[in-house]
Amino acid sequence: MNGAEYLVSFLEKKGVEYIFGYPGGSVIFLYDVLGRSGLKHILTRHEQGAVHAADGYARVTGKPGVCFATSGPGATNLVTGIANAYLDSVPLIAVTGQVNLDSIGRDAFQEADIIGITMPITKHSYMVKKMDELPSVLEEAWNVATTGRPGPVLIDMPKDIFAGTVDSQVGLEKKYSRKVPLKNGLSEQLDKVVAALHEAKRPLVMVGGGVVSGQASEIIREFVNYTKMPVVTTLMGKGAFPDTAENCLGMVGMHGMPAANLTLNSSDVLIALGVRFSDRITGKPENFLPETTIIHVDIDPAELSKNVVADIPVVCDVAKFLTEMLSRLKKKGLEFATKEWLQEVTIFKEKYPLLYEKEGGLKPQTVIEEVARQVGDKVVVVTDVGQHQMFVAQFYPIGKTRNFVTSGGLGTMGFGLPAAIGAAFGKTNEAVALFTGDGSIQMNIQELATIANHQLPLKVFILNNSCLGMVRQWQELFFKGHYASTLFDSNPDFVRLANAYGIKALRAGETDDISEIVAEAFRLPGPVIVDCAVCQGENVLPIIPPGGKLNEMLGRWKGEAHISRIS
Amino acid sequence: MKCWGGGKVKHTLAVLVENRPGVLSHVAGLFSRRGYNIESLAVGETDDSSVSRITLVVEGDAKIIEQVSKQLNKQVEVIKVNDITEEETVDRQLLLLKVNADIAVRQEIMQIVEIFRCRIVDIGRRSLIVEATGDDAKIQAIIKSLQPFGIMELVRTGRVSIVRGQK
Repeated sequence: MNGAEYLVSFLEKKGVEYIFGYPGGSVIFLYDVLGRSGLKHILTRHEQGAVHAADGYARVTGKPGVCFATSGPGATNLVTGIANAYLDSVPLIAVTGQVNLDSIGRDAFQEADIIGITMPITKHSYMVKKMDELPSVLEEAWNVATTGRPGPVLIDMPKDIFAGTVDSQVGLEKKYSRKVPLKNGLSEQLDKVVAALHEAKRPLVMVGGGVVSGQASEIIREFVNYTKMPVVTTLMGKGAFPDTAENCLGMVGMHGMPAANLTLNSSDVLIALGVRFSDRITGKPENFLPETTIIHVDIDPAELSKNVVADIPVVCDVAKFLTEMLSRLKKKGLEFATKEWLQEVTIFKEKYPLLYEKEGGLKPQTVIEEVARQVGDKVVVVTDVGQHQMFVAQFYPIGKTRNFVTSGGLGTMGFGLPAAIGAAFGKTNEAVALFTGDGSIQMNIQELATIANHQLPLKVFILNNSCLGMVRQWQELFFKGHYASTLFDSNPDFVRLANAYGIKALRAGETDDISEIVAEAFRLPGPVIVDCAVCQGENVLPIIPPGGKLNEMLGRWKGEAHISRIS
Repeated sequence: MKCWGGGKVKHTLAVLVENRPGVLSHVAGLFSRRGYNIESLAVGETDDSSVSRITLVVEGDAKIIEQVSKQLNKQVEVIKVNDITEEETVDRQLLLLKVNADIAVRQEIMQIVEIFRCRIVDIGRRSLIVEATGDDAKIQAIIKSLQPFGIMELVRTGRVSIVRGQK
């Protein structure tokens, strides 16, 4: 068995179904084997497409995404995608080819030090330098990617390792890592949490991406039903607790739901589950909820007190934490008198609904609301990055875990289209709705060929405002309307472009019936591009201006004619 | 307002790592990208040749040191991180120092070397090389004493530390 055969059979044994990748010189042995194997290889049109597709696949399935690329430029093209998966804790196995062992370090053709480049953006990067290391490296890399806090790993394999012979009898018993597990006083911390909740008058649950990856979306509902606490989510936590649930206030943060931000601001005890207190939520960390008792639960100890000081840090898997808590609370028969608090929260909701000006052209929010109304949770929702991403987070309620795919931490424009491809392969019985912008889609537009190739049921809504909306918005609000390099004067005609790839396309504008166009997009089989000509000047509101606090949102408030600071 | 107590303190971290190529660069890279500053670093094999020990001296407040330890712990190749700052330890550095030593001052330098119980390991026509081991204070004192003669070259290792007693 050669190295390539060993790798392929290893992946087959792990239950991998799809590989997203792009061939090249140093992985030619691998592709020779792959082409004859049971694994399905999805050829993207750029390595960045492959890594984002693997990422999207992992997000909707919970299984690690796998991507292959050749050495040098193939490997470096993965970098953005690996960083993206790292910041959002997505399990990913990236296998890169490398030049022959005896050429390493000589600046050989298509040589790049991908280990050195990716070390800061992976959980670990491995280079296989000896044949007998291959079995243990693969086994460990798989474990590293999928256990604890998930994340990407990279395995760099020189060409002669693919071609060399593996003695499958050796290697496995040799452990790569001998880490000493940390002690954690879980039981004591749980007692402290119970005590803090006992005192709480205005408790709040914050659901983060860790609730998705920790598969805690069932138990969290039970916990919330029992404790009757209100819930807010982060962008990454969206879907882990249904937006449509009565207790759910939706997303918090810079562009969060007004009521969610106000509730967070008024809470006295916050149970933060699988969140990392990103600056998009905290603003200046030292100003973030100084009076609130923060209970921070995360499987990664390094997250606790990294950005925001946790009063009660708990190193624990979220599902385990919630199970333990429920049993303790029930045993103690602890009742939660949250009635007054919930009333207060309801007032926030009624007083500060999310509003937008519906007149004056086709609004991006209208398109999103219409898709949500027609297909709701029947499709996987994928976004790119920018204004449209925030509009989807605000206006598209998600009811199911792993049904919302977005680039949270890194904010990678160009993520959407390939991630939607991965999502379509991950959830073959569902259609995928991708919301993207005219800026974002052009960052990986070559993947239209991949979509056409596989006739994926992918409905792409380009919320086309002929500009880079988010940056334009900041320039309007904070740079006196100096629109430097944000207005696109020469966009392609996306309908004709889609047609050129052999993809059906529709146009939506101010005078069109958007509801009919959305229905048509979902009625047509296979991929459909909908080029929606939306208003250029639409801004994402509310917004917490830089340095502002949660209750200092600028927005459109009920009964007020102009955008103003919340009062 | 909630904050971490304590000002900046020098911490000594004893880090056991897998003895593999690239490990040191991973550890050093972690420090640079997270914005922590390494004061001193020494690395070498332990009694088990597959394990190396890195002795790191880092300056920072309690929050920084806790983050450093946690981030180090996350590295796949890090086996164990011990903060031995509060422990009773034996600390040593090695110093090699080439000092101007004309005949007129040679005797004086040799006396200083005697007082500090260090050694002269090389004699040139106009210079001496002094070898010294000791803790930070002693090394500083030797350097200071020899400075007036004109130091031509100086090289010192990072600190290595070991906990006294039972452990």
